[in-house]
Amino acid sequence: MTLADVRSRLAGLEGRAYWRSLEELADTPDFKEYVHREFPDQASEFNDPAGRRTFLKLMGASLALAGVSACTRQPEEKLVPYVKQPEEIVPGRPLYYATAMPQGGVGVPLLAENHMGRPTKLEGNPEHPASLGASDILSQASVLNLYDPDRSRTVIERGDVKTWNAFITAMQAAMTSHRALEGAGLRILTEPITSPSLVDQIQTLLEDLPQAKWHQWDAVYGARQGGAPGFDAIYNFAKADVVVSLDADFLGWGPAQLRYTKDFSSRRRLNTPADALNRLYVAEPVTTVTGANADHRVAVKAREIHDVVASLATGVGVNVGAPAGTLADDVRSKWIPAVVADLKANAGKCVVVAGDHQPAAVHALARSINQQLGNIGQTVHYVAPIAASPADGTASIVELVADMNAGKVDMLVMLGGNPVFNAPADLNFVAALDKVAMRVHLGTYVDETAERCQWHVNEAHYLEMWGDVRAFDGTISLIQPLIAPIYDGHSALEVVGALNGVPKPGLDLVKDYWTRAFEGQTKDKWSLNDRNGRAFATADAFWRHALHDGFIASTSMISNPPSQAAPASVGAAAAAPSQPAAAAAGIEIVFRPDPHILDGRNANNGWLQELPKPLSKVVWDNVAYMSPRTAERLGISTYRVGNQNQELIDITLPGRSTPARIPVWIMPGTADDVIAVHFGYGSKKSGRVGKDVGHNVFGLRSSAAPWFESGAQVAKAGETYLVVSTQNHFAMEGRNPVRAVDLTEYRTNPKSVAALGHNRPPKTLTLYNPDEHQYNGNKWGMTLDLNACTGCGACVAACVAENNIPVVGKIQVNKSREMHWLRVDTYYEGDANSPSAIYHQPVPCQQCENAPCEVVCPVAATVHSDEGLNDMVYNRCVGTRYCSNNCPYKVRRFNFMLYADFYTPELYAQRNPDVTIRSRGVMEKCTYCVQRINHARIDAKTAGTPIADGAIVTACEQACPANAIVFGDINDPNSRVAKLKAQERNYGVLEDLGTRPRTTYLAKVRNPNPAL
Amino acid sequence: MSLAGVIGLALFGGWVIFTLMRSSWVTKQNEFVAQPVQFSHAHHVGGVGLDCRYCHTSVEKSSFAGIPPTKTCINCHSQLWTNAPILEPVRASFRDNTNLNWIRVNDLPDFVYFNHQIHVRQGVGCVTCHGPVDKMPLMYQAKPLLMEWCLDCHRAPEKFLRPRDEVFNMAYQAPSGAEQLELGLRLKKEYNVADIRHMTSCSICHR
Repeated sequence: MTLADVRSRLAGLEGRAYWRSLEELADTPDFKEYVHREFPDQASEFNDPAGRRTFLKLMGASLALAGVSACTRQPEEKLVPYVKQPEEIVPGRPLYYATAMPQGGVGVPLLAENHMGRPTKLEGNPEHPASLGASDILSQASVLNLYDPDRSRTVIERGDVKTWNAFITAMQAAMTSHRALEGAGLRILTEPITSPSLVDQIQTLLEDLPQAKWHQWDAVYGARQGGAPGFDAIYNFAKADVVVSLDADFLGWGPAQLRYTKDFSSRRRLNTPADALNRLYVAEPVTTVTGANADHRVAVKAREIHDVVASLATGVGVNVGAPAGTLADDVRSKWIPAVVADLKANAGKCVVVAGDHQPAAVHALARSINQQLGNIGQTVHYVAPIAASPADGTASIVELVADMNAGKVDMLVMLGGNPVFNAPADLNFVAALDKVAMRVHLGTYVDETAERCQWHVNEAHYLEMWGDVRAFDGTISLIQPLIAPIYDGHSALEVVGALNGVPKPGLDLVKDYWTRAFEGQTKDKWSLNDRNGRAFATADAFWRHALHDGFIASTSMISNPPSQAAPASVGAAAAAPSQPAAAAAGIEIVFRPDPHILDGRNANNGWLQELPKPLSKVVWDNVAYMSPRTAERLGISTYRVGNQNQELIDITLPGRSTPARIPVWIMPGTADDVIAVHFGYGSKKSGRVGKDVGHNVFGLRSSAAPWFESGAQVAKAGETYLVVSTQNHFAMEGRNPVRAVDLTEYRTNPKSVAALGHNRPPKTLTLYNPDEHQYNGNKWGMTLDLNACTGCGACVAACVAENNIPVVGKIQVNKSREMHWLRVDTYYEGDANSPSAIYHQPVPCQQCENAPCEVVCPVAATVHSDEGLNDMVYNRCVGTRYCSNNCPYKVRRFNFMLYADFYTPELYAQRNPDVTIRSRGVMEKCTYCVQRINHARIDAKTAGTPIADGAIVTACEQACPANAIVFGDINDPNSRVAKLKAQERNYGVLEDLGTRPRTTYLAKVRNPNPAL
Repeated sequence: MSLAGVIGLALFGGWVIFTLMRSSWVTKQNEFVAQPVQFSHAHHVGGVGLDCRYCHTSVEKSSFAGIPPTKTCINCHSQLWTNAPILEPVRASFRDNTNLNWIRVNDLPDFVYFNHQIHVRQGVGCVTCHGPVDKMPLMYQAKPLLMEWCLDCHRAPEKFLRPRDEVFNMAYQAPSGAEQLELGLRLKKEYNVADIRHMTSCSICHR
């Protein structure tokens, strides 16, 4: 099958045609066969005659024994009460504490659920302006890192187990000699830092030892290409009618993602057809979550973003001279004029967003456009960088390596990070490191860097330590521990404190800093007021308030926008593109951190490995994304069936010693002649989960071009590799599961959504008694707003954490045996090379009123509750899987093996005590978080009141940064869910089957520019 | 063996399994359990007259009734029987800050999510499930705790309900026969106890 064949097939289709993958679009007989199997890859077959006979024998024996198994006596269980019970603890009820997760040095504000001293689940802090209650995949999964059995457990000196006190003694001895030299040979390497107390400690150190230097490197967050902009931008998408994203994945990436998604989606939600929608334009080299939500998206090379922003600047009247001209004609002559016109028409109500991976010149031009259109102070604020200096990580590590090679460094203290694994390849960090006499490493794992250091200190997880951090908007949050350090780990703050000769616990250091800050004695001055702008009476009152709320409201630059500094000079903004035009030839390599495991720091987190990556849905691997056209040019077959082997390619860049080998993934929407690779995989030193998973591409990444580089040579390696993606699993075979209309169409004809599908058959059209269930009490239902949903996948991660969902591994996922109760389906529309639209659809159990699963269960293990839930009773299930076979939505998951880890004691404490841990041979599925329903019902009954709307929040709903998921009582006409279901956009998937699903969808309403 | 013999044997086997499953050997009903301290409910409840909630503090506000921390024992036993040898494990626990390890007596399977709060609130007496605790020198499981036993009440709670203020009363005498049904139905309405459809939905207890 070639691209041309698919084109002709596509041309033959009428109306809107949605496809999930290129294989589905090609629709070969092989693919049809794949879809028709419920569990592909012979998962449920006994082909061997001898095997079948044995199976029947065993089956008979196990049936006979089934009854007897209930006769076993329960094992003895212990009850272990406290000696002195803490006052606040009520056994059986969790407590919630505010804290924050540092992500690239920037805080993600959280509430941690604590069951008698063990944190089990994280939620967003609903009062914090950077979260508003939302959380993302990384914060949801971070609780698993806490209980990771492969974490570094002790202080190590040259391979020997040592104590923290021995480390302090050794450091003090070393520091004494450095003090004599004013720290001339001392270097500190950190990740980006916003923590005021840690910055204060480091500055104290640098004042004591003026010759010492502080460097920063972070492969994900701290690297810049073409210079770092001297400012941070804080956007207000709630006020923006038109948004132009230039390679900025603000909806899918980074610590600001939560608030930005909240604001952006607030402008995508419709109550009536008359409501206004915002409009999103995206120009980017690789399909991202943001690009998937665009009304108009163009794929351009990363290098060409500068041309795009320069053209836009010229268009809106910023004098930048003639932009360079490598842009494709349709972008230059059609897309850019339309965007310019839209921007001008919405001056002051629009915003141009430059991506983190773009050079300073692009940021400066975007700022000058926003300046020209009067957006500054309205939709965007420019502020001094939140992260403490030095901001440019690439320049910083280049300088450090030069000093190490020159023999100027006697002692290097690395606080976090794994530079031996992820430093730019051209620097040869390992060789330089070996020239340093004394190497100290603080880290969560005994990784590549720890191995090469004399001293390794096991780092405390953020749920085990005291600290502070600033959110992307500058808000200060305190980090408070939810559990005593499991392995007696220590924080960076404590290590620097030890270097400074104050080896105190983190609590003392943090509290000491904030007491001094409250009294105005610190270098950085903070205005510390509560939410109502009132000052605190005492330092203690301030401390308690900050711990309780989790943040200091007066430090938020969203709530208190700063006055604007003078704009950057436009002359500087018009600086030349970051790379000379000569290098423009050949294929452009775009480097991106893996969206889940980042630079490898999360590689040992099974949840993150198994959560499908946005759009491609690849799990347990990193791949090289390229467009179908590029693949065809390189002679790589474009269409596969199911999860078959992918071709491996060798990528070579001039000046890099070894090529990187990586499997190909054809990604619709990638710019032509661009290959995007995710780095972070391929570590040899990770734990039992992440070791030797994926391919290491750090060898390609240089300090000069950490984010994109032209001139790559690509050759087929002649080998294949198994890449597993869930994109084709549980396909519903083109029965319009997603519905989308244009805004103008929806306004003129609100019935247009209903017209896209078949009608709901009358309730009486069923073989069963239609009045069997009356639903007189509560009648639970859910709506999922496809317009608000960005496809970020936070709901899936939240579901995994809440419902004790096991990890099954790559080989099992390949057999469609992933256990996620909730999946996010991605549908493409239009051309295979550049799809005109991309849709995301989260699919949990639809909780049908006429549920096909219930009637086929021979043991009544799945039955209807009086509130309309399809209850799943694990202890009754015998594993016939008839229910799954009969489910048209394919939302049931079967434990083919003992996926839940019964044998790793470190993981016991992580599990949610309110949800059963399922064993082998049991079917499971979404329950609408019935444990939360039951808790709310019992509390309401105890109080003697009805269950208030919003008192029950499912895990997915709670996490969703877009508020796309709403759960509630359909019987209450004033509930949010009942009102949403009354909208004309509301529809049920496969409703024509008469299943009467309780989970319904609100159709996507797009807002295209009529001029395009 | 004749056909009748085979069928007979199968039926007999079935009867054995059926009976065994409900036997007190499997359910552990009426079995005394050795505890680290031979704590007597008969003495503390029946004799001294302590209320259940003095020790089981969270019974009205949580799924778990709560097992008292050592501190609760020491409240009194720092004054009374301070040198009694039987109390040495309690003193040792308090002195060395080590937990007492009690053996669970009323132990439901882990896939059952029982909630004390709602049962106490809806007028199910402690005695109804735990038996005459005030007469138990050593704690034992008074009821079989089989699902059919739970359902007896979930299907017809009026047979067992008592007024809320009698829930913790060990000496409460339920009215007989028809009078209990009348009282139970009245309380069921007054306390807004759910109907049989709701109370026998699987997800009420299993999740």
